[in-house]
Amino acid sequence: MKRAKTLLLVFTLVMSMVIACACDSKKSNDGNGSNNNTANTSNTSSAKIKVGVVNNPPSESGYREANVKDMEAVFSSANGYELKTAYSLKNDDQLQAAQGFITEGVDYLLISAAETTGWDEVLKKAKEAGIKVFLFDRMIDVDASLYEAAVVSDMAKEGETAVNWLLSQNLPEYKVIHIQGAMGSDAQIGRTGALDEQFASGKMTKVVQQTATWDEAEAKKIVESVINSGEDFNVIYAENDGMAKGAVAALDEAGITHGVDGKVIVMGFDCNKWALRELLAKKWNYDGQCSPFQAQIISDIIQGKKSITDKKIINEEKGFDAKTLTQADIDTYGLGE
Amino acid sequence: MDTKKKFNLSLGQLTIPIIAILILVVFNLIRDPSFFSIGITQNNDGNSVLSGNLITVINGASELAILAMGMTLVTAACGGQDISVGAAAAIAGSAFVKILKSGDSISVGTVILAFLFACVVAMIFGAFNGTLVAVFKIQPMIATLILYTCGRSIAYWINGGATPTVQSSIITAIGGFIPGIPVPTPVLIVVIVAIIFKLVFHFTSLEILTQSVGINGSAARLNGINSTFIKLLSFIVLGVCVAVAGCIGVSRLGLINHETLLIDIEMDTILAVAIGGNNLGGGKFKISGSIIGAYVIQMLTITLYAMKVSSTDVKAYKAIVIILLVVIGSPVVKAKFEKLMTKLRSGKAKETVKGAE
Amino acid sequence: MNEDVLLTMRHIEKRFPGVLALNNVDFTLRKGEIHALMGENGAGKSTLIKILTGVYQMDGGEVTIEGQPVVIHSPQDAQNSGISTVYQEITLCPNLTVAENMFIGREDSAWIRQKEYEKRADEILEKLGIPTRGVTQLGRCSLAIQQMVAIARAVDMKCKVLILDEPTSSLDDKEVNMLFKLMRDLKAEGVGIIFVTHFLEQVYEVSDRITVLRNGELVGEYPVEELPQVQLVSKMLGENLIEELPEVQTETKMIGTDQDGVSAVGEMIREEIKKNSDVFYEAESLSSNQALPFDFKIRKGEVNGFTGLLGSGRSESVRAIFGADKVTGGTVKIKGEQVKINRPIDAMKHGIGYLAEDRKRDGIIADLSVRENIILALQVMNGFFKPISRSESEAFADEYIKVLNIKTASRETPVGSLSGGNQQKVILARWLLTHPDYLILDEPTRGIDIGTKWEIQKLVLKLAEDGVSVTFISSEIEEMLRTCSRLIVMRDRHVVGELKGDDLNQAQVMKTIAGGEA
Repeated sequence: MKRAKTLLLVFTLVMSMVIACACDSKKSNDGNGSNNNTANTSNTSSAKIKVGVVNNPPSESGYREANVKDMEAVFSSANGYELKTAYSLKNDDQLQAAQGFITEGVDYLLISAAETTGWDEVLKKAKEAGIKVFLFDRMIDVDASLYEAAVVSDMAKEGETAVNWLLSQNLPEYKVIHIQGAMGSDAQIGRTGALDEQFASGKMTKVVQQTATWDEAEAKKIVESVINSGEDFNVIYAENDGMAKGAVAALDEAGITHGVDGKVIVMGFDCNKWALRELLAKKWNYDGQCSPFQAQIISDIIQGKKSITDKKIINEEKGFDAKTLTQADIDTYGLGE
Repeated sequence: MDTKKKFNLSLGQLTIPIIAILILVVFNLIRDPSFFSIGITQNNDGNSVLSGNLITVINGASELAILAMGMTLVTAACGGQDISVGAAAAIAGSAFVKILKSGDSISVGTVILAFLFACVVAMIFGAFNGTLVAVFKIQPMIATLILYTCGRSIAYWINGGATPTVQSSIITAIGGFIPGIPVPTPVLIVVIVAIIFKLVFHFTSLEILTQSVGINGSAARLNGINSTFIKLLSFIVLGVCVAVAGCIGVSRLGLINHETLLIDIEMDTILAVAIGGNNLGGGKFKISGSIIGAYVIQMLTITLYAMKVSSTDVKAYKAIVIILLVVIGSPVVKAKFEKLMTKLRSGKAKETVKGAE
Repeated sequence: MNEDVLLTMRHIEKRFPGVLALNNVDFTLRKGEIHALMGENGAGKSTLIKILTGVYQMDGGEVTIEGQPVVIHSPQDAQNSGISTVYQEITLCPNLTVAENMFIGREDSAWIRQKEYEKRADEILEKLGIPTRGVTQLGRCSLAIQQMVAIARAVDMKCKVLILDEPTSSLDDKEVNMLFKLMRDLKAEGVGIIFVTHFLEQVYEVSDRITVLRNGELVGEYPVEELPQVQLVSKMLGENLIEELPEVQTETKMIGTDQDGVSAVGEMIREEIKKNSDVFYEAESLSSNQALPFDFKIRKGEVNGFTGLLGSGRSESVRAIFGADKVTGGTVKIKGEQVKINRPIDAMKHGIGYLAEDRKRDGIIADLSVRENIILALQVMNGFFKPISRSESEAFADEYIKVLNIKTASRETPVGSLSGGNQQKVILARWLLTHPDYLILDEPTRGIDIGTKWEIQKLVLKLAEDGVSVTFISSEIEEMLRTCSRLIVMRDRHVVGELKGDDLNQAQVMKTIAGGEA
């Protein structure tokens, strides 16, 4: 009995450590990665450009994972940079990290903020210290003079591109199942807007418009309920790839064809590699890009290859059509594995 | 009179969930009789499969039903609930995918191995929760809050990528239909799990021991029951259920999103146990009640979807109905109801008894 | 003595479902008097006090204070009527200061500043001779001081009636004396004190009067000098040595006629034991975290008993035998072989069964059926993977329902809905089903009707005849004399005597329990 209790005690301690490691692992892994970078670079050359990146952790989403990888690839020591990174979902942690980079004396500070507020102080300090600030992915509520440029996606434009593509299909009628992301999120608002206009103008018919809060299983339920009600539809507009996949699962079970030669047009967003492969297999029709690749643009500006005309730089984003998609596109633009 | 009383007793606990499901059925019949139409359609893999709202309900509630079975045991033994089942299922699902993706191709062997691995992982985490509750006497909700908070991070850590996908006809068969069988595979898995529970209760003394620990821990101890072991065991059993649910969840779409897999299912699971008439404070339990409870919840959700209630509002409507069910099933209301019934009965009986007295 | 009557309780009646907890009880407290309220467990003294403090509502009777009828519906009413209680477990806040504890939650406290009430606290403490100061954190004081602070709080609230419920149980001698001095000082000021304790010596040291309750009824009120210790014990335990109440007499007679047969059997067994000297169980300086070290042995087929007043340690000792509390020392032999019994399951595996004193808390699994309750212990002994099948368990249940004459609607009725006596029989059945070699019965007859009591006594003797060793504990001495061939007497957690043979008579038992002085 006593021995059993001791064993259980040891077990609990071990498990607690596993949990602690797991919760910390991303941070420490990435931290180590960047530290190694710094170590290497400082040894080989001292003339490198010091860049501090404050970002959300890669575990946040497939998007973020690609974003982080892109940053690390572009601002590599091979390209003449010395990269320092800090990842957190918490604004306070991010602020502290930015503060730290300023003290360390980086040349450039790149920020994708967790929240849009609270950054005035830090950005002012950066300006005083002569550090140039770039915002990427997300805007911050500060005076535009406090940063060099903001490279962001225009979600509304993503929606427009997708809806325009859909209109170009010249279907006799558009009966749309619209599966929304988490209500109120930037991506949802942007991607919903263009479609809502079409519903309002009467060009397209809204069969159902529901949020699945980015949940694949929930998306499947929404489509299932439409199928079971017997209502007709020919377009599924899902605001991300996962929800599109959930919707397609419902179609498959009900024996409804989809894709290039199918009855139902399937549209997704984010351009995960696996989603693009569905396009290549002609099971889906369209995937809108939400580009996580801002690093190159910023690098070009830093190195003077590109000049700033407008402080808000919209990252150009594509929409892929299953009919024209190539394997090369998947390799270049696909996120994840 | 005697037989009537016996009948009441045996149904007792199941009255509320059965009435709830009947009300939903009647409501739907009035609203739209076609709600219950079941058809056979050819799915995209070329199988003939059953389709219709009812199938969607029964199929969709599979994970919930399986988790509810395990949760019932934990509730009975510990008088508290595990709120980490959703997160733990994400871990188990990730472990499942990890093994599936380790090889080049996915064979039946790999799937079995992957499932066993997921079970072991989920059982270890179950044992961790169980140890905190049984040995360190931490409130179950507090103890499992730890895993609830960090479980999905651990799930991410297992696979690295945000949404790894697996492509295999075997996985599709597990999450969808086995060629030649028109019933969704998850439904079959629920049946298998329920039968296993039944067999376990038949071939071990788990049921009476669990109930004794839950009803009167002090007396159970004086009868030689090792309550620490029973509580720990209940969490490990729940771990297996979590693994099964997680694997089904992954197989349905062939993808694991550690952030959304079986999200918020812990609350539905606890509600299923409550609607099933089980005392959330522990003690006597009926697994069948929890299973019916799970179908009540799913039926409610699907009904609301069929009524085109906005999915943001679905949760609010669900909450209202569930509050009603739980309040009706509460001891206070039950006692009031019984009082009323005896009053009515004595009122009726009075006339006949008057003569006798 | 001051004869001013302070508090009267007349014809107090209190019912709980199925039990008449207080039946027509009178109680009178005079100004400047320390009045001991005595009785064994279940006598009704705590119910009486709870009525006085507003925790329970009485079902009949009336309460007056200084001649004025009062209605007490809540603890607040009690306080307003000048009744204060200091419980055994301190109900103050240990992390606040003494002064804060004295003034917290009182209407005027909001108007007084910290410094002021520390000053006021010091004055009161000095007046009462309590050696602490207002600024001290209460948790740092000894238990005795904490208790006195609670009393000081009560006194400052102008209480007329002070109830002290087992105030001395966790105090040492010096602290007890301090408390007694305080009690005497308060008495001199005219406060009436109701003193509840199970320490007989202490009653005689400070009390002026004693009221004895038994089984929810008033036995009597006596000036302390007129009630010797032995008589007090006999009144509490329900046997009258000197003057027999007519009521009790008839009861004794009734049992007496029934009893002849049993006595004969008992006599026979006693003879048997002399011949058969197989020791079944033997413990040497066995101790637990609840029981002081004691030696004990029991022979095969012997019935012995542990006796002593409530709190004397009789239950704690048998719990140690069964491994119900954490065993801290001693050696145990069963049939001459040394064994380790650390948990109940160890004891069960060695053939020991234990019917616990508190049936509700430690005995029944209320929501489970009669059948499940009966098979529980056997099931546990069988192990996890050998469940007793439904048909088998039904057969067991039916058999014991018949053998023990358990009155239940069906074997599937939840045991919680049975009467106390039948619940007890169910637990007895549970242990009989394990076919124990040694059965410990702690108060098996408490709170059950006379017929069932009689059945259980017969059963005990029957078991002994079959070679089962039985330890029998009962608050009723007569019952033990009838069934046991040897009595172990305990007082203040120590074994103070072992009676057998000719010493087994009421007078001797009472004397030993009371301390042998009278």
